[in-house]
Amino acid sequence: MSTAVTEIPQESRVHYLNVSYGVKSWLLTVDHKRIALLYLVSITFMFLVGGVAAVLMRIHLIEPAGALVQPETYNKLFSAHGIIMVFFFLVPSIPATLGNFLVPLMIGAKDLAFPKLNLLSWYIYIVGALFTLYAVISGGVDTGWTFYTPYSSTYSHSAVIPVAIGVFITGFSSILTGLNFIVTIHKMRAPGLTWFRLPLFIWSIYATSVIFILGTPVLAITIFLLGVERLFHVGIFDPAVGGDPLLFQHLFWFYSHPAVYIMILPGMGVVSELIAAFSRKRIYGYTMVAYSSFAIAIISFLVWGHHMFVTGQSIYAGLIFSVLSFLVAIPSAIKVFNWTATLYKGSISYEAPMLYALGFIGLFTMGGLTGLFLAALATDVHLSGTYFIVAHFHYIMVGGAVMAYMGGLHYWWPKISGRMYPDMWARVAAVIIFVGFNLTFFPQFMLGYLGMPRRYAVYPPEFQVFNVMSSAGASILGIGYLIPLVYFIWSMRYGPIAPANPWGAKGLEWTVPSPPPTENFEETPVVTEEAYDYAPIPEGQHG
Amino acid sequence: MADLVAHGVAHRDEHGSAGAHSQNLRHHFDNMSQQFEAGNLGMWVFLATEVLFFGGLFASYTVYRALYLPGFEIGSHLLDVRFGAANTAVLIGSSLSMALAIRAAQTGRRNAQVFLLVLTMILGAAFLGIKFSFEWRNDYLEHLIPGVNFLYRPEWGANAPHVQLFFCFYFIMTSLHAIHMIIGIGLLSVLTWMAARGRFSPDYYTPLEVSGLYWHFVDIVWIFLFPLLYLIGGRYGIGGGH
Repeated sequence: MSTAVTEIPQESRVHYLNVSYGVKSWLLTVDHKRIALLYLVSITFMFLVGGVAAVLMRIHLIEPAGALVQPETYNKLFSAHGIIMVFFFLVPSIPATLGNFLVPLMIGAKDLAFPKLNLLSWYIYIVGALFTLYAVISGGVDTGWTFYTPYSSTYSHSAVIPVAIGVFITGFSSILTGLNFIVTIHKMRAPGLTWFRLPLFIWSIYATSVIFILGTPVLAITIFLLGVERLFHVGIFDPAVGGDPLLFQHLFWFYSHPAVYIMILPGMGVVSELIAAFSRKRIYGYTMVAYSSFAIAIISFLVWGHHMFVTGQSIYAGLIFSVLSFLVAIPSAIKVFNWTATLYKGSISYEAPMLYALGFIGLFTMGGLTGLFLAALATDVHLSGTYFIVAHFHYIMVGGAVMAYMGGLHYWWPKISGRMYPDMWARVAAVIIFVGFNLTFFPQFMLGYLGMPRRYAVYPPEFQVFNVMSSAGASILGIGYLIPLVYFIWSMRYGPIAPANPWGAKGLEWTVPSPPPTENFEETPVVTEEAYDYAPIPEGQHG
Repeated sequence: MADLVAHGVAHRDEHGSAGAHSQNLRHHFDNMSQQFEAGNLGMWVFLATEVLFFGGLFASYTVYRALYLPGFEIGSHLLDVRFGAANTAVLIGSSLSMALAIRAAQTGRRNAQVFLLVLTMILGAAFLGIKFSFEWRNDYLEHLIPGVNFLYRPEWGANAPHVQLFFCFYFIMTSLHAIHMIIGIGLLSVLTWMAARGRFSPDYYTPLEVSGLYWHFVDIVWIFLFPLLYLIGGRYGIGGGH
């Protein structure tokens, strides 16, 4: 199909994007690269929907009495924002787009192990997303993204069932994606590509897949039990007939705390790639960074109780969950220190992806450290249920996961689209996002510390200054996200043609043309070197 | 899962008499053993997911059983252990015939494959028949189905809500298990059709192997459900007895 690729000019070369045309060739594709693009379009749409909900909330909170909507509508806005952003954007974001695109390319395989299953995952995601969007349009839910009983059962008067079905269905998309990655990484690696030669992105995707496989089914059964309770009017979580609402919280957080690491672990993998590529150095302590992904995945299953310090679980359970939660800081810190050590004496260049990676390190560190406030029993009693929590997890999920996702999207965009994005605009957007993000969420730490509870449509007037700052930051952040949306679309047609390896980076994905041919590699590559095997920097060039 | 099972179906009719290797090898695999191992590992990973899926239920059941032991004992007494025992025997028999069907593929006996697969399906259907038409029907007549026609009995006293909770879990667990059985029978009917057309050989029987893993898993779930629901504190079990 694509013989003598290098000699033929770019326009006439057959690659995965121009090998066939038409809606059908996309909707029935089993090419992991095309499926990655299907995901990219879908989750971008969901990101915009969730973002609109966030914008409406921030406009509403400019006035202490509420500027825009009724309190019921406000409840539905924050629920829609949380459900859509967590289950339909953040969880699939890096794994389903960059992971789908890159896992086979990085390990020298022609495709994922189960290509049809991969396409099925996308369709399952779409069905789940349609259910949820239908529910949001037809009345919405007011339970928050956590679906706590009895808000979602006895006292619910909103469309809990269709949303729950949507989340339940989408869970299977995650499970099948994780299954596909695990099998692919185990069985499809190119000759010579041993486990400790794998890019760290692959390690983090593998750890993420383990959480997909082991966590998501528990969320599925939890939502199933909730659905049974609603549909048959029995009391699994209803104390009136012997049920226990706390059981719902235990089951929910058994998935949903590991889910936080589903969101951040792939981001850590992306950042490892970016730091290595733009410092032109092997990641310092490669092995420890690889193992720390696994440590995070394993510990993540043992900390769910820290969401329940104030729910009346026993003090001993609280103590143990507190200690275990502190343990997560160790592998997380290993990663941060090792990235920083990689920068030391590196040949650093500040391309747009690198700006996102550096932003990630700073914001993730802040998110992680404020997490320790919440893992400590005494401070958590004061901070639980306040804006401090909101700020903390947005530093992890937006400042961490979304920054890494944006950085990865820029870094691999030449490979994905075959075109370069406008570099100046990309750097400007990265800075705008960083500034907008901090202005949005840093004031929320203050608000939470001062005692403003989350999920309230109104607040006392003394909190207005911080709320106005936050809303102003949100508008800057929104602009920061719109700029890349515009220039990515622009670059697909007008961007300069990208070479096979625009960054001079290491890794098998840069050895194939941009965009890659459908079968990725004409001949299965043989790997003879470590990951990130950058040439030593000549003495004179050290900074 | 469909993808695991469909391995090798893609190029079925292209070269009727070509060797099993070229015919069944999907383009993105290097060789047959890589493809076999991938399919096998895929099913094992899927079963790990299933373990956690049922694990959430088992954990919830265990918590409530520990909290409300008297109510759960009453509930357990109301189940008929004879049906449960019969079904256990039927299911273990079906696992045996499934394993023998794979053995028949490995030794290249086509008629034996078809016979054993049909036998597995019949035993699976027998399990469902006993479950639905005897056990659940009796439960319905005795007003034991929560959300449908559950009635508190005076002799249960304050335990009545907990008896209902027991039956909630009984029906959720057994119906989820039954759904898995029905999916398994669906898989088996496809496999039977493939076996009858001579699709499997000693070199290529991945779909049989991975579906067999699934079938045995569903069997094992029942092996846990049976003592948990029927025997512990049940009519003939420890801690039971009127």
